[in-house]
Amino acid sequence: MGAKTGSSPSVAPLISSSDAASPLSYLKALKLKTKQQELLIRVSVLALVYILAFAIRLFSVLRYESMIHEFDPYFNYRTTLFLTDKGFYEFWNWFDSESWYPLGRIIGGTLYPGLMVTAALIYWALRFLRFVVHIREVCVLTAPFFASNTTIVAYFFGKEIWDSGAGLVAAVLIAICPGYISRSVAGSYDNEGVAIFALLLTFYLFVKAVNTGSLAWALASAFGYFYMVSAWGGYVFIINLVPLYVLVLLVNGRYSMRLYIAYNCMYVLGMLLAMQIRFVGFQHVQSGEHMASMGVFFLLQVFYFLDWVKYMLNDPNLFHFFLRITLTCAISVGALALGVGMATGYISPWTGRFYSLLDPTYAKDHIPIIASVSEHQPTAWSSFMFDFHILLFLFPAGLYFCFKRLSDATIFIVMYGLTSMYFAGVMVRLILVAAPAMCLISSIAISATLKNLTRLIRAKDKALQMGSSRGTTSLKSSAKASSVDQSLPYQKNAAIALLFGAFYLLSRYAIHCTWVTSEAYSSPSIVLAARGAHGGRVIFDDYREAYFWLRKNTPLDAKIMSWWDYGYQITAMGNRTVIVDNNTWNNTHIATVGRAMSSYEDEAYEIMRSLDVDYVLVVFGGVTGYSSDDINKFLWMVRIGGGVFPVIKEPDYLVNGEYRVDKGAAPKMLNCLMYKLSYYRFGEVTTEYGKPPGYDRARGVEIGNKHVKLEHLEESFTTSNWIIRIYKVKPPKNRCDSEDRMKTLAVVTTGSPPLGLRGQKKAVNCNL
Amino acid sequence: MSSFDEVYFLFMDTNECIVSLQIDLTSHIVRVLCTLKVENLGPDVASEILLTFPNSQAMKLANLKTLYNEGKGKGSSAFNLLVSEVHPEGAPQEITFFSVSLRDRLEKGKSLILTVLAIFTHTLQPFPDEITQGDIQLVLYQDSAYFLSPYVVKSQTLNIMLPGGRVESYTKHPNGRIVDSAIKYGPFENLPPFSYSPIAVHYENNSPFVVAQELVREIEVSHWGSIQVTEQYNLVHKGATNKGGFSRLDYQARAYMGGKSSLRRLTARLPPRAHSVYYRDDIGNISTSHLWGDSRKTQLEIEPRFPMFGGWRTSFTIGYGLPLEDFLFVLEGRRFLNITLGSPVDEVVIDDLIVKVILPEGSKDISVSVPFPTKQWQETKYLHLDLVGRPVVVLEKTNVVPEHNIYFQVYYSFNNLSLLREPLMLILGFLFLFIACIVHVHADLSISKSSASYIAKLQWDEVQATVQRVQNIINKCLSIHEKLETSLQDLYRTGDVQSCKVARKTADGLLKELSKELKPLTIFLQSSPQAAQIWPKVDELVAKEKEMQEKLMQKHSAIVDCFEKKHSGRDIESRVAPYQQKLIALKQEIDDLLDFIDEI
Repeated sequence: MGAKTGSSPSVAPLISSSDAASPLSYLKALKLKTKQQELLIRVSVLALVYILAFAIRLFSVLRYESMIHEFDPYFNYRTTLFLTDKGFYEFWNWFDSESWYPLGRIIGGTLYPGLMVTAALIYWALRFLRFVVHIREVCVLTAPFFASNTTIVAYFFGKEIWDSGAGLVAAVLIAICPGYISRSVAGSYDNEGVAIFALLLTFYLFVKAVNTGSLAWALASAFGYFYMVSAWGGYVFIINLVPLYVLVLLVNGRYSMRLYIAYNCMYVLGMLLAMQIRFVGFQHVQSGEHMASMGVFFLLQVFYFLDWVKYMLNDPNLFHFFLRITLTCAISVGALALGVGMATGYISPWTGRFYSLLDPTYAKDHIPIIASVSEHQPTAWSSFMFDFHILLFLFPAGLYFCFKRLSDATIFIVMYGLTSMYFAGVMVRLILVAAPAMCLISSIAISATLKNLTRLIRAKDKALQMGSSRGTTSLKSSAKASSVDQSLPYQKNAAIALLFGAFYLLSRYAIHCTWVTSEAYSSPSIVLAARGAHGGRVIFDDYREAYFWLRKNTPLDAKIMSWWDYGYQITAMGNRTVIVDNNTWNNTHIATVGRAMSSYEDEAYEIMRSLDVDYVLVVFGGVTGYSSDDINKFLWMVRIGGGVFPVIKEPDYLVNGEYRVDKGAAPKMLNCLMYKLSYYRFGEVTTEYGKPPGYDRARGVEIGNKHVKLEHLEESFTTSNWIIRIYKVKPPKNRCDSEDRMKTLAVVTTGSPPLGLRGQKKAVNCNL
Repeated sequence: MSSFDEVYFLFMDTNECIVSLQIDLTSHIVRVLCTLKVENLGPDVASEILLTFPNSQAMKLANLKTLYNEGKGKGSSAFNLLVSEVHPEGAPQEITFFSVSLRDRLEKGKSLILTVLAIFTHTLQPFPDEITQGDIQLVLYQDSAYFLSPYVVKSQTLNIMLPGGRVESYTKHPNGRIVDSAIKYGPFENLPPFSYSPIAVHYENNSPFVVAQELVREIEVSHWGSIQVTEQYNLVHKGATNKGGFSRLDYQARAYMGGKSSLRRLTARLPPRAHSVYYRDDIGNISTSHLWGDSRKTQLEIEPRFPMFGGWRTSFTIGYGLPLEDFLFVLEGRRFLNITLGSPVDEVVIDDLIVKVILPEGSKDISVSVPFPTKQWQETKYLHLDLVGRPVVVLEKTNVVPEHNIYFQVYYSFNNLSLLREPLMLILGFLFLFIACIVHVHADLSISKSSASYIAKLQWDEVQATVQRVQNIINKCLSIHEKLETSLQDLYRTGDVQSCKVARKTADGLLKELSKELKPLTIFLQSSPQAAQIWPKVDELVAKEKEMQEKLMQKHSAIVDCFEKKHSGRDIESRVAPYQQKLIALKQEIDDLLDFIDEI
């Protein structure tokens, strides 16, 4: 039976889905268990998984509070607030003058609105049902809610590619998979939260469409794709994976009408729908990243055409001749079109981000701004282990089972698994994309193994039931199992032991996931918590202290300069204009800020004056030992600034290739703006008992420049643990004492060569 | 001054008073306490007494209270007298008059003692108005040394209480002197009406000038057992503005430079048994707060996110729940809420206080009783599961000081049955949901009743039902088989051949009946095109079952036969063994088939 259904799904597409469940599980159900009982168990397991997926993500709310986490979610929250306040059209046409001063940002055209619209719809629906909730609560709980929905999709997906048992296991695995939880805890209000749901839904619907050849499912998958496009830039993965999958099927000779219908409908409608998202626009026909899907679309037409011709001709020789001509023509026309498109600039080449996905080393050399983000780093083995745990071992086993029973659906999941694993290795954050594939493939391994083991145990039981321990050899259908029965001694015991082993592994997985979620992934990173000297919990709420100070005690039109990491938070929580933020669309602007931070104070002052900066905000961890502060990020500022302004040179800030802040630090380092702002008056502070004043706890050294004098800036605010320091840019001095200023300038310039020269000289010194 | 003489001759003549004035300047709220001994010299009986303030002061007057002490010593009791603003004819524009209505008329030649408490806000002026973090805050207070009165003042003393610390300067006066941390003026004798002698005190006052520019208090009454109070503060430090930045180092490490006039913490005295207290602002929870409670009060100590220096602002929300029975009472069929009006936070001046009392949905004939004039109106607010909205009583009062923190009452009538409305709505909502689910499962929602797929589905359902019935019958057969087996075992034990034969007979009958039942089903399955897939299996199953029946019967009769003929045990075994083996194989096969069919 197994062989039959495995090899001929294309012959009997309509029944293959229902049939697929039978071969491995036809010994499964006990005699007493009726369909209804099984359904009841399945539904209740799914309901429990649904609740579990939601509940496990609430650690952060219990530990801290119902708040938005990290960086990007604050932007999403801000835009959602705007959307619910002002309505969709205002949102769509929103020009935000509060960020990227003085350029501004066209929000409606540069974001994926799926998340905000989803949250707003939930909010409006609840309001309509007279549940008076705050939009913040909706935003905080959006990600867990969609994670719960993802488990349901995973169940159906698992059912589609293997059987309902695998579906259930997949739902359980994905509900608590740390790789997915890391991006979907309560408060992590980011695109990924809904995008993974949309991604899996699209894939499921597409596979369903391929399996059934139904136009309805293909249409549904097009809409799933549309939702994905509206939610996350990761849709590029879908639009490349699906054509790749189709191509693989074609090459394997699995071309069928079902595939033709599914892909054409999904591609054409999905593309048209995706064009409605302003940020995506005409990229589907103009960008190099989307060309694969178009190529495969035309290829499918050629296939269909050839099929038709073959049917009409009825002559193999003539057809082969025709085939050769058509293929040559099609390929040359395609190549020509692509070449012309590229040459005329109609089709844009691949972007740097895309390159950096294919080649992990690309970003490091060419786009420091991408490389500077920690979640864009190549993944370490430990984090694979951390995020996947046993799935890492079950994945190959699952692949084995998939290859053993190849069908259109299993080919898809294999391809999804392999490609996403590669991307997960390239970038840490893409572990997220691999998580559903890992869970699905592992669930196949678990489900199939458990089923085999239980079958062994149960087969014996049945034999015993009959009151005879002797063989049942004469039977045809279970002949194989029985012969194995006979050949292996202690088989039942071994099976039971293995079952316990599997149970142990799965329970370890559950424990690991809970532990990881509670310890690692439930911190909002806005509020820092540490253990105090007496074991009590100490909370550092400095970020919000500073942002709220900005919100309340600076002029409404104040412009804040900070490194781009904090841009979204300042606009959302501080409600003030920022120069750069986490939407890193303008590299030059960021480089300007990086240059200001790494210049001497008077040069930086000129830059800040030209940017209209009123306040400068720096993050400093020297007092608390908070290590992700601006001094530790400083080299990236230098690199990004130096990438655009060659005046800034990285070696100026290093001593023998070493980055130091103590007495041995490079002179430029000791006097650049970032250093001064971070360590202003820090030399008078004793941070640790038995250490000299000015001991930096984050880096464990005594700082090199303890007498920082500020000329053009003044300290406006420092938070209670010194984590955030805000400085006010003084207005230029009055004209009456401009002469003095000229003099001091003259002294400065004669004392050391001006701007560009100085950097060069230092560089030479270093080289010598 | 002389121009008024003619007009107010009357007043001058009629009354005379002895005044002792006490001005409390220790905080940023100025409290003037004056004790008046008024004597009626005129011919008529006086029923009211006039109090006067210059307009500049009257504008900042937050509260004016006049107490009349009746009796002396222990038996004395104080009465609040009614005070109202009046505009006597021809009164000078620069002076505001208040009239105190006396409880008993003051006869000629009689005297009485009144205590007047006047509270002013925003009167202390920081000077200099910008200070650095290390500086102390100096403020300027201006007033008159003489008690401004339309009456002749026979004798007057003035006592200005200062918080201690530096006194930069004060207006020198013949009778003025500093005693400890107070400045004493007077006694002045026989002052004519409307005497005025400006004085100014420039002194150190480091108390934070906490002003809530707006405070919105929402009091939500729920008859399910609690009152939720939410207070939204918009605070500003109205003292000398901070200049030259804020140094955390100086603030933390050097107490002498630590911003003496800055606001570090506020204390809110909440009612006893307050629960679920929270303290947050627009961007989240604020973790710096402490809560103590005993039977008399609950004390909440809150720190703003950052220390407040002069000119700095902050805003936050505190909220708490109160037990309903402490504040809601029933009076003559109506309910009334008795709760305090002002802010529970110490020494805060509130520029604009808005109190919203949200009554439960369905409250009717609402009336409010507040001991002082306020602006009032009504709104509607929608909360959880509201259909018509809850009536909201809004009270607005400007320039509120802690002395305004007194009880007020909201009366309304409310039907207890309205309480059940929301639970009923929820129950109904879920009921409809479940009914909808049931309807969805049972109703046939397909659009086209004649389409091929629809018919196929119907047929398939029928086939499934038939297969189910076949399975049931087979299972029944199997149980009969088991009965036969047990009868055989009984035979082994007891050797009762007769009962065993009876058992076989009944089983035979039952099996025959079952096979009769099976017949139409198999015929249907055979003919149905939808069942083409499973038909072979079902057919096989039925055949196997039949075979098993036969074998079992044969085995049964063989054993019974043996028993009748009294064969030895070994003999029986050898005769039965082929049947036995066959039976086990058949049973296994049938089980497999059943499982397989079950999977479909």
